[in-house]
Amino acid sequence: MSVPASDHTLNEILNLAAAHFKVPREKLSPDEDFFKTLGIDSLQALDLLTRLEHHFSIELPDYELQGVSDFRTLANRIQARL
Amino acid sequence: MNEFKGRTLSWQIVNGAIELALHRDPCNEIGSLTLEELEKFATALPLLANDAHALIIHSTLKAGFSAGADLRELFQRGQELDKAAALRGVREFLERIHSVMNALDAAPLTTIAAVHGVTFGGGFELALVCDIIVADRMARFCFPELRLGLIPGFGGIPRLKRDLGNAVVRDLLLTGRSFNVMKAQQIGLVSQIAAEGEALRIARATASQVGKFDGRTAAAAKEFMKPIPYAELKREIDIFCDLYSRPTVEEGLRRFVENEGPQPYLP
Repeated sequence: MSVPASDHTLNEILNLAAAHFKVPREKLSPDEDFFKTLGIDSLQALDLLTRLEHHFSIELPDYELQGVSDFRTLANRIQARL
Repeated sequence: MNEFKGRTLSWQIVNGAIELALHRDPCNEIGSLTLEELEKFATALPLLANDAHALIIHSTLKAGFSAGADLRELFQRGQELDKAAALRGVREFLERIHSVMNALDAAPLTTIAAVHGVTFGGGFELALVCDIIVADRMARFCFPELRLGLIPGFGGIPRLKRDLGNAVVRDLLLTGRSFNVMKAQQIGLVSQIAAEGEALRIARATASQVGKFDGRTAAAAKEFMKPIPYAELKREIDIFCDLYSRPTVEEGLRRFVENEGPQPYLP
């Protein structure tokens, strides 16, 4: 079960991802596949996970990301740990 | 041989510290060639140790320290050989890598792993043989072997148990989850955290500090503080080989190798 993320949490994630992967922020949509939009693989996804954990000061087990490929669902998972 | 430039790793002595640099693309996967070159290093180590007070192991690759065993090679060997021959090959590989890991673990000088990025499986095991782990903020640790129907085979469980509380070891192994450097320091695995990209610099500073003290005293203290669990390490090889024979392992390896999606390293 996931907790709906606040707009603030979702925006922080989108901003962080855009800045780190050097993609224009407006290209990132909450509901699209971020592997495709960012052009990243699983090693880079783990890198993003580490940055998000540091940013939000949380621990997010990577098995919680199973099947997650859009920012909104990722934000819900993070919100549940805040 | 004070200097060596290989295809998967290189070493040189810098300011009294042996620096062993891993550089096999894409992420220092440990297969036959890396094993051969690690064996060369283990053979050279006693002589190198005469001219050094510390050993630093690090990676020059952006992706991380090491993603662990070369699963593609392991899968390929399983396809090319009959089951008995494949199993013999696996046991032989494990015995050889254990020999290298044990030599590093027992090295008569202070050993420091300077890690960043992906430090998974066999790569994590390589860091664990060192006396001190310096990790940068982007380091991520994992024992994902259960995802493949295996256990860590390069000495990970006995060494993890040596350093951490058993409850944490069970969580990490049974969930196969990866964890970041803050968690790693919290559980006592990592003793120093570096800013992103700074692990080697901090490892060098640590090596310099270590070099101020008498080497024989340090070696004696290390041997006392850090016993090598030889019996458990042998038992780990037996358990790994028992598990390897099962069909679930071939399927797990196939899924990893044939995964064309972006997510092979995620659970």
